[in-house]
Amino acid sequence: MKRRGLLGWELSVIVLVFVALFGGALLSPDFLTASNLSFLTANFSEVALMSLTMTLIILVAEIDLSVASILGLCSAVLGALFAAGWPMPLAILAAFGVGGLAGLFNGLLVTRLGLPSLAVTIGTLALYRGLAYVVLGDKAIADFPAFYTNLGFGSIPGTQIPIPMALFAVLAVITAIVLHGTAFGRSLYAIGANEIAARFAGLQVTRVKLSLFVLSGLMSALAGTVYTFRFASARADNASGFELSVIAAVLLGGVSIFGGKGSVVGTVAAVFLIGIINGALTIVDVSNEILTIVTGLLLIFSVLLPNLLARVRSARERRARGRAVS
Amino acid sequence: MNKRLTVSALTLSLGLLSAVGLAQTGSLKKNLKIAFLPKIINIPYFTTTDNGGLAAIKEFGGVGKAVGPSDGGASSQVSYINTLIAQRQDAIVLAANDANALVPSLKRAMAQGIKVVTFDSDVAPDGRNIFINQAKSDGIAKGQIELMSKLMGGKGEFAILSATPNATNQNAWIAIMQDELKKPAYKDMKLVKIAYGNDEDQKSFTEMQGLLQAYPNLKGVISPTTVGVAAAARYLSTSPKKGKVMLTGLGTPNQMRSFVKDGTVTAFQLWNPGDLGYLAAYAAGSLASGMITGKEGETFTAGKLGKYTVGKNGEVVLGPPTTFDKSNIDKFNF
Amino acid sequence: MTGRAAPTLAPSQNWFARLLRVREVSLVALLLIVTLGTAAINPLFLSFGSLKDLFLNVAIIALVVVGETIILLMKHVDLSVSSVVGLSAFLSGSLFVAFPGLPLPLAFVFGLLLGAVLGSVNGLLVAYGKVPALVATLGTLYVFRGVTYAVVHGGQINASNLPPAFLGFATGSVLGIPNLVLLVLVVMLGFGIYLGNYRGGREYYALGSNAEAAVLAGINVKRRTMIGFALSGAIAGLAGVLYLARFGTVDATAGTGLELQVIAAAVVGGVSINGGVGTLFGAGVGALLLGVMGSALVTLRAPGFYQQAIQGALLLAAISFDMLASRSAARRAAKGRQS
Repeated sequence: MKRRGLLGWELSVIVLVFVALFGGALLSPDFLTASNLSFLTANFSEVALMSLTMTLIILVAEIDLSVASILGLCSAVLGALFAAGWPMPLAILAAFGVGGLAGLFNGLLVTRLGLPSLAVTIGTLALYRGLAYVVLGDKAIADFPAFYTNLGFGSIPGTQIPIPMALFAVLAVITAIVLHGTAFGRSLYAIGANEIAARFAGLQVTRVKLSLFVLSGLMSALAGTVYTFRFASARADNASGFELSVIAAVLLGGVSIFGGKGSVVGTVAAVFLIGIINGALTIVDVSNEILTIVTGLLLIFSVLLPNLLARVRSARERRARGRAVS
Repeated sequence: MNKRLTVSALTLSLGLLSAVGLAQTGSLKKNLKIAFLPKIINIPYFTTTDNGGLAAIKEFGGVGKAVGPSDGGASSQVSYINTLIAQRQDAIVLAANDANALVPSLKRAMAQGIKVVTFDSDVAPDGRNIFINQAKSDGIAKGQIELMSKLMGGKGEFAILSATPNATNQNAWIAIMQDELKKPAYKDMKLVKIAYGNDEDQKSFTEMQGLLQAYPNLKGVISPTTVGVAAAARYLSTSPKKGKVMLTGLGTPNQMRSFVKDGTVTAFQLWNPGDLGYLAAYAAGSLASGMITGKEGETFTAGKLGKYTVGKNGEVVLGPPTTFDKSNIDKFNF
Repeated sequence: MTGRAAPTLAPSQNWFARLLRVREVSLVALLLIVTLGTAAINPLFLSFGSLKDLFLNVAIIALVVVGETIILLMKHVDLSVSSVVGLSAFLSGSLFVAFPGLPLPLAFVFGLLLGAVLGSVNGLLVAYGKVPALVATLGTLYVFRGVTYAVVHGGQINASNLPPAFLGFATGSVLGIPNLVLLVLVVMLGFGIYLGNYRGGREYYALGSNAEAAVLAGINVKRRTMIGFALSGAIAGLAGVLYLARFGTVDATAGTGLELQVIAAAVVGGVSINGGVGTLFGAGVGALLLGVMGSALVTLRAPGFYQQAIQGALLLAAISFDMLASRSAARRAAKGRQS
């Protein structure tokens, strides 16, 4: 019953994606062109990438607000090392190392000290962004080799699919398989639904959560690398504020903030929905403030609407049952 | 396309018929689609520049609009550039949030025949056709140091309250200021700290407060950003250090008027932001009409502002900044 | 609300109170160490002017923390406070522009009412719409800010648009204590008494520590939640008016990012994110501690780029320290009960 309701939500988000595409096409003839859709999707690639691991973290009833700061820190590290003469592959590797460590630190504070992840990651949100400034200061590193910037900016040869988006597609499929097809994935649902019961059932809750935070850090490092190359610019303030967009996308995708409910399909659909609505409204020159309001309303209604529907349904059932009894 | 050609042919012939002196402005194409993309939309400084630009576009019969992000992040402008490409604008006029991050998108725009003009803060030269500089960078920096030196008697500690740590133009000015300070004339002036108010009012306010607290011997503050200097002046005006710590920078007369009158600030500088937008719009119009290409030595006429020449690296300079003080501030309203 | 004192709670209250005291004692000690340490290096830190600035800086955050504490006690969170502050600051400024002769108290009433309405939107969503507070207030954080952008539309309220008496309220002082600080202290004191001694106030604790038990105890959870959010909104609305008085210049971005500072202050001050635990005194000390740390870094001339990192690290240290202290206190208390 619950499961069906969930699929229903994801289905409606997917339907909304198509409605938004259709609406965009009606609003402007320039909207449904291959090149515009290519820009539009490239635009939210970092948010899309980070939303995958955020889905897993929220599934186990935790949260990671520091993702955008880790992105910024990794971008700064990548830029600083490249400027210091490191070969690019090594610099990228180092950025991933930093991202993994940042995630590990979050995870240790949450799992070993038992601190609430909301509080920990508010702290590391400031800490990691601050470290990014320590690393790079007010400098902006540019002039990356064309090979790498093309990876960030270019499309798959012969298509209009941006390379970061192709990367996202691959990772989304992997995440979906892991989440929905492996014991590890199923354990996330168990932990999110009832952590104490999961512990009693012998699940390694601490280790699972720790690994999720490390994964989240690594994904932010990847997003940081993509961001750096896509804009050919490493700066300490890269992507600040993205954490709220990531969380908004995940929640809109039907992942419960209390954990235990949600799917990768929902998140992916929601990422596209937000991106397409934003794109469609921008192309008809709807101002930024309206976009902000629309994002907020989408988020609220994504949770409010199913709740109201459930209430209507249960009221109807109750009435029907009442009639049957009498 | 065809219609546009006939229209432009018509205007061209009209231009030829009219007086020769007007021929240059007269031959700007009509119905050019020109979009302004400020660093941040809806902040007073850029509202003024954009309105100046939109007025100019209206003058030469184009279709103008101003769009933009509400935060100063590098990436926020990229989606707008992409949208403007999709909308097939004739020209984009932008103040860049990042010197490099926008270049790939702008190159794509130029590859599709869209003319790109930057104003206020530039991108790397291969990402645009023309840069409208509000005043020569070294002119602003040297002018600020000279003004500060005069105000504090050429001696003592001073600090800079800048915008964001990554602001292109502020960083360029600060670098020139630091060079300028090496001159013997300024040997007794010491730059003790560069603080960043992030172009946020409250942050600038508390940074100013922090500066005065951390450096009790501070004799002056330069804030080369309109948000910073106004916030700093407001803090100083209610502080016991008023009149002891000299404050100058780049500010708008309307924001600074009361502080000049109550003696908190003696003098500050700025160009006319409305004119900056106006000039940028005419440059965009001239580029999109094919009258200029952005090469050094080309000239174009910018309506009421008169004739301008394209300088090295496609740079056009609006003119020297104005210094505002008690004697002239009431003559300005922006 | 009803003025009846709360009945004494379970016997656990005894060690509970001790635990709370430990949290606050350690905070105050930390506060003293930071303050005196900084003053030892730069005596100017304790000068009258610098203390006044410090308290003025903390006042507005401390005020918003009052509302946030009420929300956190109920095991909810209110992220939208920063947007409420911004909207209230700009609209009350616009009110002065439209009616230059507006009596000052009306501006405060306006801010309170506006905030209460915005807070009630959150309350409705959380209490009746069953939307988790994090989601609801993240949504309204966007929506309220968007409305502010739409209303402001590139405008700005400047000090010159405001009546001098209004600006004077922020800079004025009684016996050397700035009005702004006094007002915030009064609000904190009032709510401190309300939360500690009145039935309505105790209900927030009950709701957060055990919602089911609260229902069984006959607490109207929906109504209580609704009132809590309305109060938090109203306080944030009032803070917006004070923000305007203090800074004089307000544009569409006023108050952005305040929500994280406020939550950080409350959490550092020992208000548990898991509900039911914490006092306004602790939360106020938390706000003060963060403020002192911030200005100590400036006074000690910490390099600008290090400040944010150091602040983040200090915040983490405070949370961890607090958690360890309370854990050992709980262990001690448990041991004491066993013997």
